Amino acid sequence: MNIVETPLGAQAREPKTDAAAPLLEVVDLHTEFVTARGIVRAVEGVSFTVRRGEVVAIVGESGSGKSVTALSIMRLLPRQSARIPKGRIVFDGRSLLDLDDEQMRKLRGRDISMIFQEPMTSLNPILTIGLQITEPLKIHLGMTDAQAQARAVELLGLVGIPDPEGRLEQYPHQFSGGMRQRVMIAIGLACNPKLIIADEPTTALDVTIQAQILELMKNLSRKLNIALIIITHNLGVVARYADRVIVLYAARVAEQGSADAVFHRPRHPYSMGLLRSVPRLDRPRGAKLETIEGLPPNLVDGSSGCRFAPRCPYRIAVCDQEPPLSPTDTGGFSRCHRHAEIATGKITWAAAEGKAEITAATSAEPLLSVRNLSKYFPVGGGWRRDRVVRAVEDVSFDIFPGETLGLVGESGCGKTTVGRLILHLETPTKGSIRLAGIDLASATAADLKTMRRKVQVIFQDPYSSLNPRMTVGQIVGEPLHVYRIVPGAQQAEARVAELLENVGLRREMAERYPHQLSGGQRQRVGIARALAMEPSFIVCDEAVSALDVSIQGQIINLLEELQRKYGLAYLFIAHDLAVVRHISLRVVVMYFGRIMEVADRDTLYREPLHPYTKVLLDAAPVPDPTIEKGREPRLIKGELPSHLAPPAGCVFNTRCPIASQECREVVPPLEQKKPGHYAACIKV
Amino acid sequence: MLRYTVNRVLLMIPTLIGVAVLVFFLLRVVPGDIVEVKLRGDGGNVSQATVEMERKRLGLDRPILTQFGDWMVGMAKGDLGISMWTERPVIEEISLRLELSLQVALMATFIAVLLAIPMGTLAALFRDTWIDYTVRILTIGGISIPAFWFGMLIMLSLLAFFNWLPPITFTPIYVDPIANLTQLIWPAMAVGYRYCAVVARMIRSSLLEVLNEDYIRTARAKGVYERTVISRHALRNALLPAITVIGLEFTFLIGGLVVTEQVFNLNGIGQLFVQSVSRNDFMLIQGMVMLIAAFYVFVNLIIDLLYAVFDPRIRYG
Repeated sequence: MNIVETPLGAQAREPKTDAAAPLLEVVDLHTEFVTARGIVRAVEGVSFTVRRGEVVAIVGESGSGKSVTALSIMRLLPRQSARIPKGRIVFDGRSLLDLDDEQMRKLRGRDISMIFQEPMTSLNPILTIGLQITEPLKIHLGMTDAQAQARAVELLGLVGIPDPEGRLEQYPHQFSGGMRQRVMIAIGLACNPKLIIADEPTTALDVTIQAQILELMKNLSRKLNIALIIITHNLGVVARYADRVIVLYAARVAEQGSADAVFHRPRHPYSMGLLRSVPRLDRPRGAKLETIEGLPPNLVDGSSGCRFAPRCPYRIAVCDQEPPLSPTDTGGFSRCHRHAEIATGKITWAAAEGKAEITAATSAEPLLSVRNLSKYFPVGGGWRRDRVVRAVEDVSFDIFPGETLGLVGESGCGKTTVGRLILHLETPTKGSIRLAGIDLASATAADLKTMRRKVQVIFQDPYSSLNPRMTVGQIVGEPLHVYRIVPGAQQAEARVAELLENVGLRREMAERYPHQLSGGQRQRVGIARALAMEPSFIVCDEAVSALDVSIQGQIINLLEELQRKYGLAYLFIAHDLAVVRHISLRVVVMYFGRIMEVADRDTLYREPLHPYTKVLLDAAPVPDPTIEKGREPRLIKGELPSHLAPPAGCVFNTRCPIASQECREVVPPLEQKKPGHYAACIKV
Repeated sequence: MLRYTVNRVLLMIPTLIGVAVLVFFLLRVVPGDIVEVKLRGDGGNVSQATVEMERKRLGLDRPILTQFGDWMVGMAKGDLGISMWTERPVIEEISLRLELSLQVALMATFIAVLLAIPMGTLAALFRDTWIDYTVRILTIGGISIPAFWFGMLIMLSLLAFFNWLPPITFTPIYVDPIANLTQLIWPAMAVGYRYCAVVARMIRSSLLEVLNEDYIRTARAKGVYERTVISRHALRNALLPAITVIGLEFTFLIGGLVVTEQVFNLNGIGQLFVQSVSRNDFMLIQGMVMLIAAFYVFVNLIIDLLYAVFDPRIRYG
């Protein structure tokens, strides 16, 4: 189905203007926000062009100005606080900043459309999907109800939503996250735009769904010759998608160039560091993650000089002056004084020192032993309460002292529930948890108190897991007082300072409140708080997923360092396969409440046995454009089944590429297929 | 949707039984009864035998559980009993007043909602401009000025400027709409002001919240007309929390207008309530508490059903 050829699509197109001219040209764009704390210069002098049908990626960490750039192009910035004092945005021969509101409205959704990050909140919950798709068609193309309806059905089919006619009357909450993002794409495509801006379109989605959506967007933009600006922090996504890459750092362009050039021959220290600080599935695992030390600068105080200089290992005297964006040998641009030296290979990112490998104490006695653990949650109201969701079903594993066990799976697989059961925040429906020989189910109150001290947790969201009304010192010191770990107030203060230094924070930080810290610093406070109890075991529930790439590496290194120092054991719950591979010794893969596969890290990633593990590894994008563009993704079909109607037999059979009739009948047991390698599949 | 409604209606029954038990036994715990008030209230000297006789006549001498049982059985049949003071059926006593109170409440709601939606919307859209400030002053005034005082102000102004006062006797609207409205519009305005202020503030804050939602940004990114963004995408979502406030304020107006009714000299539910309590007229008090409780539960049911109508997440949830 090619919509360009439909009569409506054809009639909608305006005569093409000069085909050689770029579709979008952003020149020296400055965007600032007036806030109580001063003027935040969110975008400073960003320039780039997008040609027709081209896929351009804008990469950067949070606060680098990538979303603000997109909203500036759409002119959707908050009216009260934002302003664009300088710059030019030319789209298809028209200067967008000179258009009046009505002219701009006509352009939005018609020639430029935008897809947002959060599919869960980006659709209006009280309007039907049909209305939300047909709205731009009626407004921009003047379609009648019947025409718009027909086009909406066509669009939903195009983005791969089964039974489109029946779904038009449904509401967003009746769609899954992946399906909602498909609806968003359908809305974006509705009027056959020339440019789509996608702001982190797959960040909120699971790996397998992310792969489906990415593939869909790539195919559609090629087929319909739509230019695509994709904004992301995920370098793997960039590698899969982009023709050209623009790297933003602290409101400025650090580097831009073709995807191949930026990934293989970066000419800015920031791009180099960024690429080296991601744990990667396509490279052998290094002993220690390389990181970019320090934090991005504050955008309120306009500092002179290179923005990256304070974190740059190759800083020289001239870096006090702002470097110009100058052309490099790779055909791109770099904002670095020393890009020529980088090109000649004089400067390379120094390999991280320290080769210390984590080795678990080979103790025969497991620290934590989980056997046949199940947790069912009752669902449904009314008079019947017998229906349950089987969040965790028959899960068994051991964790030895000083070891890290990775627990991977997509959302809804029960990995967080396992963590909560171990922390004794939920009571298991069946099965046992033994910690250091004590069964949690039959433990006395005194035992539980000891156990609570020994088991600590680090949460995903460093923003909401710290009490905003307590200082860092109070947060870290609280367990010391509750458990009387140190005798007096003075010792407690000294201990807090020691803990803060242990996690790489200055002791003066104790006076601050959480909102005065960055995301990475907050996560360090969370770790210090956990360490205050002198635990032997820490559950890290997505502990680094909310952090930026360069900060993520710092936290992972910190966790590993603390493990060596104190002999801690970790249960590392995450959805990012590369991060789990980096930090774990053994890995458990969960799907739909059950364990699919357990193996040593290296074995699991080298020769996965279970089809689900294979699919997961296949779906994860790798930050290398050559690999990404070369491989034909084997896409996993379908979505997670409903927890209210679980599949019979193997829970994975509805999406499994090799499932047969037998898989729909037999629940496969978790068996040892090779020494130390367990999988729950009858086909291997 | 049907099952949801039936469930909700069935759940009303235990709530109302609970209210019945509470009000019945609480009244019995308080010392004194209607006979004392009736015969000895004005310092009259009546013999104990007469008091006992009167008690017997009113059935107050029977065991308390029997009294309760009779009352409950009566209610199940739709009979609230006989007022112990006027000796007329409780239902009749109430229905005379209810007509008036209900009309004032409905008119006040109408006035309030009609004004609150534009006021709240404008204040949110023109946040921190003179429009917002004006609405803010008006609404803070509405919340802080007592309705009875505002009512007195209305009456005095009518007298001072037009040398006219509204009629004192109640004419049902189906008898003479003009006379009826010229009497009741003033109390409706007096209580409607406060009501409007509460609702307008609610709409303002919930609209401001909704305007920050991602789906509003989506709508704008689609190139939807700004007025459609407001009316179709934002306001419909923002009105949901306002429905709750409207419902709660409405139930308060039935029976909660004691002082305002005094000011306007209206013979409404509020006055009847005060009277019945001061006379210890058990049957009437019980009847009115049950009525107001039933009304409250019913309005809440309506609110929930309206929510379901406006919000598909509840309808199909």
